[in-house]
Amino acid sequence: MRFYIRKLVTLASTVLLVSVITFLVFQVLPGDPAQIVLGVDADPHQLAELRRTMGLERPAAERYAAWIKEAAAGDLGESLRYHRPVKEIVAERMPVTVSLALMSLGLTLLIGIPLGIYVARQDGKFSALLLSALTQLGLAVPSFWLSFVLILLFSVAFKWFPSFGYVPWSENPAQAFRSLLLPSLALAIPGIAVVIRYLRNTLLDQARMDYVRTARSKGLRERAVMYRHILRNSLIPVLTIVGLLIADTLGGSIVVENVFALPGLGNLLITSIGTRDLPLLQTMVLYIAVIVVLINFIVDILYMVIDPRIRLKR
Amino acid sequence: MTGFTSLIIVSMVMTGCGSNSSGNSGNSSNSGNNGSSGSSAANVNNSSAPASGEKVAGGTVRVAMATEPDNLDPYLSAATDTGSMMDNVFDGLFEAGTNSELVPALAESYKVSEDGLTYTFSLKKGVKFHDGSDLTSEDVYYSYAKLSGLNGNKPLSSKFTAIESIDTPDEHTVVVKLKAKDAAFLAANIVAIVPKDYEQQSTKPIGAGPFKFASYTPGQQLVLEKNEQFYDNARKPVLDRVEFKFMPDANASVLALKSGEIDMLPGISAQGALQLGSGFHIVSGPQNMVQLMALNHEVQPLNDVKVRQAINYAIDKDIIIQTVADGNGAKLGSNMSPAMKMYYQEGLDKRYEPDTEQAKKLLKEAGYENGFKLTITVPSNYKFHVDTAQVIAEQLKAVGIEATIKQIEWSSWLEDVYNNAKYEATIVGLTGKLDPHEVLGRYESTYAKNFFKFSSSEYDELMSKGRQEIDENKRAELYKQAQTILAEQAAAVYIMDPSRSVALKDHLHGFTMYPVQKYDFAAMYYTK
Repeated sequence: MRFYIRKLVTLASTVLLVSVITFLVFQVLPGDPAQIVLGVDADPHQLAELRRTMGLERPAAERYAAWIKEAAAGDLGESLRYHRPVKEIVAERMPVTVSLALMSLGLTLLIGIPLGIYVARQDGKFSALLLSALTQLGLAVPSFWLSFVLILLFSVAFKWFPSFGYVPWSENPAQAFRSLLLPSLALAIPGIAVVIRYLRNTLLDQARMDYVRTARSKGLRERAVMYRHILRNSLIPVLTIVGLLIADTLGGSIVVENVFALPGLGNLLITSIGTRDLPLLQTMVLYIAVIVVLINFIVDILYMVIDPRIRLKR
Repeated sequence: MTGFTSLIIVSMVMTGCGSNSSGNSGNSSNSGNNGSSGSSAANVNNSSAPASGEKVAGGTVRVAMATEPDNLDPYLSAATDTGSMMDNVFDGLFEAGTNSELVPALAESYKVSEDGLTYTFSLKKGVKFHDGSDLTSEDVYYSYAKLSGLNGNKPLSSKFTAIESIDTPDEHTVVVKLKAKDAAFLAANIVAIVPKDYEQQSTKPIGAGPFKFASYTPGQQLVLEKNEQFYDNARKPVLDRVEFKFMPDANASVLALKSGEIDMLPGISAQGALQLGSGFHIVSGPQNMVQLMALNHEVQPLNDVKVRQAINYAIDKDIIIQTVADGNGAKLGSNMSPAMKMYYQEGLDKRYEPDTEQAKKLLKEAGYENGFKLTITVPSNYKFHVDTAQVIAEQLKAVGIEATIKQIEWSSWLEDVYNNAKYEATIVGLTGKLDPHEVLGRYESTYAKNFFKFSSSEYDELMSKGRQEIDENKRAELYKQAQTILAEQAAAVYIMDPSRSVALKDHLHGFTMYPVQKYDFAAMYYTK
């Protein structure tokens, strides 16, 4: 129980800290939300009208305090740019980014773990060397470039997948999958490379441990040694990396959503910063903070599932 | 691990700040982003492409747009891109013609009184809004009262605040009385006419234009459908549907065009056009934009006209056009694009032929024999302007001016440079307007956003005369004189009007360039 309370306090303080930092950074940035929406062609009267509807006459600190108060009561306010409840906008965008993150995580694990094991088992052979070289490439290549290569190959040349856009899952699951596959792959490739390299190294480290020799000497088959002992012990550090990768995915979605014109949170995050839409940005930062903290929480629990010793220590 | 959490999130937000996305609506100089285009493998035309095959009825055009609409309500929106989409939904008393002339749309005819104060418009009969209601003088009254503030609220447009009263003697006549003579008023009548007492324009816009608003999905698309009841047979739409897809990344839009997922890409870059290959044609022409390097007249030593002239002599605009725009731009000499045929003063582009010696001589006379340091502030999301700044900085070196380029985000640019004139020199593109007063009025000393800090009583007088002159030719003459003053005073370095290029699928025709960013989908059609 104490464990959960401690986690909850961490969550609340993290979220508050992030929110305050975001607000302070926003105060340093120059820019008037109304002027940004309307641009240099704005009519002064139009500008005054928009400033009024946005409620910009009140000082920023006062607006922020009011927002915090309302947010605590569950009302996240209205976007300056879209003139709609922030909650609604985020709820529309959330499925895109969550699907993107889950699909890319799935791809990372499905491809990364088997290949990592393969590279470790084939250590020193040519195929393993080649794969290791490829992972170096996967690490070095930026997501936006990967996105363009994937589009050129699978959309322009083969025409297998659409190059942009999003179809909601509720409308057509098959099309939704198709529209998200390329972007999730672009997001997953650096992650796959990380998982392969990490898993290979820990597997090889673990394989030199005494308990492995013991297991072998008591006559366990190689498969059992590998999967029951070495792999299990190697998963802890990999899990830590995967937790970090998910947070990375949320950051990477900013780039990938832009290229594939996906209406997700990353795209919205950029718009909200560019348009100085503080209520919208604050809400998204809040959501992202909660998600990242939750992921850490899940990772902590998974540690205990994989390694009972951690459970005992507490 | 939780200790890092806040750090990760904050760094993610920072990443967002640093990236040069076009997520914001970079209204005015929108196309400066993609700049110019032209010499491509595809077929290049200057205006509408001639039809070769047989006209097909119906069809859908999918258009890539770089920015999202700022507001669907025509009275609350100011973004050029939004206007070019929603102009198909709304008609005004007039529409913009291809030579910056006014073409009657909802108005059948109009009369101006002798004293230039009373405008009488006769409306076309049998016009219906998209919701099926009749368009009458009541609706025009409602629209203009809203814009001018005569309905008791704050006015929404300064162009309409000149109105003293509006009368509707019958269903098809509107009489507008002005407080003072205002020659710019007529061009203001291209504004959308909206149905009376309908307050949901921001969510479900209703107009009388050739296309009906069908849906808007933020982050994805805006869809228009053909208006079967459109009043003007000559302008009847052929296409069934227009879908605007919001694609923030310029390279991705080119690839989507290549893969056949979109049919039309406005503002394609020169590199993009080269990638296209066969199956597409490109319509290209001046876009009525003035790309300029503004010089802050309140900053030393730019307050000295000799220094400003020296800078003008030091810069070779032809080289900029060649390197930055790939040769696709019209050289300028003042704040007016040749696309504004009626008002354009010829010859000013030759006022400052590149001459290093002359520049050095002027600098010496001004007391800056050894040159000086200059900071050029450029909005970082407009690569076109950033590239221009680099060429200019190089050229200024030759006369001893040491220019450094400071790139700032568009939102910061609006605040620091445009609103507060906290800058020395900046490069930006100013979008053209249909009326010369809106273009040249920026230099009036009383204009709130005169970020040049240009101030000349002679100029102000010309502007106020121009406002009151009803005779078109005399009026044009006044604005031509104003352009000459700007050139003589070297108010800024007027660089070019970069061509605007639109890429279209080969069998999509009827696209025409206008002096304003206007996409007339009613005129477009597919051939077999």
